[in-house]
Amino acid sequence: MGRLTREGWVSLALMGSLIVFPVAASALGEPFMVTLATRVAILALAGVGLNLALGLGGMVSFGHAAFFGIGGYAAGILAHHAATFTPVLTWPLEIAGTTSMPMIWLTGAALAGLIALPIGAISLRTSGVYFIMITLAFAQMIYYLAISLPTYGGEDGLPIYLRNGFPGVNTLKPLPFFFICYAALAVMLAAFHILRRSRYGAALQAIRQNPDRVATMGIEPFPIRLTALVLSAMVTAFAGALFADLNRFVSPSMLSWHTSGEILIFVILGGVGRTFGPVAGAGLFILFEFALGGWTEYWQFFLGLILLAVVLYAPGGVMGILAGKPRHG
Amino acid sequence: MTAAFLIEQLLNGVQLGVMLFLMAAGLTLVFGVMGLINLAHGSLYMIGGFFCAWATGATGFFWIGLAAGVAMAALCGAAVEVAVIRRLYKRDHLDQVLATFALILIFSVTMRWVFGPQPLYLNTPPLLSGAVTLPGGAPYPLYRLAIIGVGIAVAAALYVLISRTRLGMRIRAGEADREMIAALGVDIKTLYTLVFSLGAALAGLAGAMVGALQSVQVGMGEPVLILAFVVIVIGGIGSIKGALVGAILVGVVDTLGRAFLPQLFGLVMDPSAATTVGSALASMAIYVLMAVVLAIRPKGLFSLDG
Repeated sequence: MGRLTREGWVSLALMGSLIVFPVAASALGEPFMVTLATRVAILALAGVGLNLALGLGGMVSFGHAAFFGIGGYAAGILAHHAATFTPVLTWPLEIAGTTSMPMIWLTGAALAGLIALPIGAISLRTSGVYFIMITLAFAQMIYYLAISLPTYGGEDGLPIYLRNGFPGVNTLKPLPFFFICYAALAVMLAAFHILRRSRYGAALQAIRQNPDRVATMGIEPFPIRLTALVLSAMVTAFAGALFADLNRFVSPSMLSWHTSGEILIFVILGGVGRTFGPVAGAGLFILFEFALGGWTEYWQFFLGLILLAVVLYAPGGVMGILAGKPRHG
Repeated sequence: MTAAFLIEQLLNGVQLGVMLFLMAAGLTLVFGVMGLINLAHGSLYMIGGFFCAWATGATGFFWIGLAAGVAMAALCGAAVEVAVIRRLYKRDHLDQVLATFALILIFSVTMRWVFGPQPLYLNTPPLLSGAVTLPGGAPYPLYRLAIIGVGIAVAAALYVLISRTRLGMRIRAGEADREMIAALGVDIKTLYTLVFSLGAALAGLAGAMVGALQSVQVGMGEPVLILAFVVIVIGGIGSIKGALVGAILVGVVDTLGRAFLPQLFGLVMDPSAATTVGSALASMAIYVLMAVVLAIRPKGLFSLDG
């Protein structure tokens, strides 16, 4: 490996401060700050998912809230059935509810992947603005579907009375739950890094740059893109399941197009396609929300200005400013 | 279910379609000519609604309010084009989505700051507050018919503008080849500002007219914006004709879905559940329509390039 690059140092500093901050806050008796850091870790994880499709694959999905929400509802619905001792399904096979986080994550990710498959297969027939809009349309469908489920709270959402459990960890305390989220983020970042350097990642990035050329070389773009979209959905659903557990509540707002916009913001604010971009983006976003929100109720005005400034004057995002241009496409 | 009810719902659908057309026409023009995807279009609709309600309240005349709403929307459109939007024409769609998303935040907060968090209400103007009797014998509000009339008039005027005037010729030329018409001595920057402002004025008109049907509040533009995007994607982005057909299609499907799906589910469920499920599925109907259209014709019904 040799010496770390500038981007490596910045990434290390980011991940380091993300873990030092809540540990220090917890020691100082500030549980709210731990929750704040947990939010950053979870939202960054959602961003890592989108970054796979957007950054590596060049697919501008404006519908990732769908997958985020599917993960959230998986957590909410499984916990709901576990709490009421009712089965989730009785046919074709009986499935009971659960409060085990690993089971919930697997279910949420699998479900999101299964749903992303047809969505991706249809959406990838289109490109450009049409792709942006059709992903938005699918997310809206799922949003309205969630509203129409009175069993699961409909418009009011579904509470999770007790945070779900993880073997060997007391998830009810803020700090241990933060460690779970942080570990999830770290593992997925490592997976992202490995994936981008793999043969598959090379093909995916090549397709982003020039699909026709890749096709001429004998690699069909469609299955590669579709796989990326499915994986991306699964990672974002994982984040959604954690987010539901953080808030102990799921509601259709997780599925709203505002959420899709925010996940996009994390990725772009941090720097599209940069491995640690979503961490920087989500961190900055939450920091702004906290600092400006405490100062004025009109904080979104300033958030808008900052976003505009980033788009117009710093297209590489935070990582672009801190770590310079990416070393390769 | 009677024929009169069906006619009434059909007219409601057409009225919604006409409103959507006013929104979609601007969106599709801006995309067709400048290649810009503008999420902040709903904010211009909201501006039209707010200034119409405010000016009507201040002067007592709906017509002054209507003019104020349209004028302010056009003005804000021109200002934001000069300040921000024109820097985005050469950027990719991702930057455009993010920048105009940021504009939504800015506009929404500004409106809340200027007009307060309470929604504003607007009465229908006395001239149009009556009702007419439909062929089936049911009464129908005159104001909604007037909206349909305005929409048809705007569609006709746009058609004449685009295909019969010098300005329209330049707009079409700008769509085809920006460098060429700039080289021929057309001030392309001003032309773009004009097109954007025209789209903004139409959105403002829609927002101002809708104020008498529903409350005027922050965020009112967003559901309409998403519907308008569905419209232009179904119709084929860049095509005014596609926007008109798509708008009527979406308006009618949405309205009829809302009117009839709950009743349909009522046959197999208890009434309250049928209402929830039916209306939610009705909300999904247009997205299903869009997905089907795109799956069959990936560039919409009336796309210019196949």
